Amino acid sequence: MSKAGRLLIFGGIGLALLGMTYGLWYAVFAEHQELEGIGGSLATGFSAAAERNAAGAVGALQRYRELKYAYDRHVDVHGHWIGLAMLLIVLGIGLERLGLDEKLKVLLAAGLLLGSLLFPLGVLLQTWSHGAAPRGLAIAGSALVIASLAVMAAGFARAPRSS
Amino acid sequence: MSARRLLALGGIGLVLVGMVFGDIFAVFVLHQNAAKVGANLSAAAHAAVAGNANAVVGSMQSVGSFLENRGTKVDTHVHMIAFGYLALLLGILQPFVKFGEGAKKKLAWAFLFGAWLLPVCVFLIHYVGLAYSPLQAIGWASIFADLGGAVVIFSTVVYLLGIAKRGGPGKSALSRDALLVDGSSPGRILLAGGVALVLLGFFHGSYYAATSLYEHEARDYSLLSQMASSAASRNVAMVNTALGNYGELAGEKAVNIAAHAHAIEFGLLAMLLAFFQPYVGLRDSWKRRWAWVLLLGSLLLPVCVLLELRFGLLAGGIADVAGLLVVLALLAMWIGILRYTGQIDAAAARAAEGTNQ
Repeated sequence: MSKAGRLLIFGGIGLALLGMTYGLWYAVFAEHQELEGIGGSLATGFSAAAERNAAGAVGALQRYRELKYAYDRHVDVHGHWIGLAMLLIVLGIGLERLGLDEKLKVLLAAGLLLGSLLFPLGVLLQTWSHGAAPRGLAIAGSALVIASLAVMAAGFARAPRSS
Repeated sequence: MSARRLLALGGIGLVLVGMVFGDIFAVFVLHQNAAKVGANLSAAAHAAVAGNANAVVGSMQSVGSFLENRGTKVDTHVHMIAFGYLALLLGILQPFVKFGEGAKKKLAWAFLFGAWLLPVCVFLIHYVGLAYSPLQAIGWASIFADLGGAVVIFSTVVYLLGIAKRGGPGKSALSRDALLVDGSSPGRILLAGGVALVLLGFFHGSYYAATSLYEHEARDYSLLSQMASSAASRNVAMVNTALGNYGELAGEKAVNIAAHAHAIEFGLLAMLLAFFQPYVGLRDSWKRRWAWVLLLGSLLLPVCVLLELRFGLLAGGIADVAGLLVVLALLAMWIGILRYTGQIDAAAARAAEGTNQ
């Protein structure tokens, strides 16, 4: 198997393990707390409104906003790492059919693997910092994935025919 | 039947049933459930207007219960399809697994048993509840779902050990395998089309994240705040306006996420199916037609889901037809693999015997 193929298959398996380990940790230690917090803060917010306590309602809904922001990102990171891992493995197996130069294949495989690692990592870091750095990391990672895939799609389309 | 063909048939079968279940769920459960969630949220907001805190808590608990019911149906749909993909992937990797054909077949049966058991039991969780359960918080359906998951993990890990035992795929194994070296036109169409669909899904996801995600999150919070503050000041008209806008926002978010996810999932499915084309016992012209039908349905469905906001039921109807096209193409390939005569498997077995001697 070529270097690019090995990079994608073993990188994909590593990424899948990372995504599953992270998912397991999240499900055991964080998910239920976050979901209970989301439901609880919504109920508290509307109960405070029923008691004509506007400040209490605003505080509870602000808490809901923060928890929902983190929950959406935690679930996205888990799903994207594993989904991208599967894509890397399938592309790694099919790389022999890609009608491109071997050096370019290695470059594309490295770009795809790096982008697949960095894009969800940037999303995860957004739960700690709302600054520009994590968002920039996520954008750079997704751009790497899209650019590598676009070249691969063209390569698969122009691959030589056989019976 | 070889372990590889078993995994191909089982995997496509899982994806087919998962898709049909998803359609049934969307038509008969999803919209009704969303309406009940909306009605209970509305009841909570109006209870807050009336100053009835107990009714607020009751309505919010109902929202949680309806969301849990919805969650188990979505999990059934998603896990069936995901396990189907995993079965196809393991099927492709079979030549790299250093076990005898008998052991591979037993593992394939075990994997498929677990892959069916988990989603069926997840579906039953809502109905079985804690009936006759020896545990306080976990019912029999959850216990058997976990058992199914454990069997899937076990068989996948054993397959991975088999690959590690071989020391990775060698170049000769790759060049001998008829499925991996196939460069026929249906395979090329599916592989290139699949990568293009995944790419389209990524483009849409990036566009959504850049233009709408943060705005939707901000609107979600501001509408809920508007509901609560209007309820506190007993402004029923404002509460109703916020509730209406909140429903529209939920629709916008749902179609964008569904379009993004479906484009990528269908793309990955097309790529996986590309490898199994030599197994499809149909004429080349028909294999090409079914490949195009699958890609057409896979493209139309997410595009029409996105257009549902603007064109309503018309776009929704076309999306349903597109889903049907994907199901038909999958069924045709499944029948083709069932009709397959075993020529490639026999050649692979002869090659393996030759290597052993």
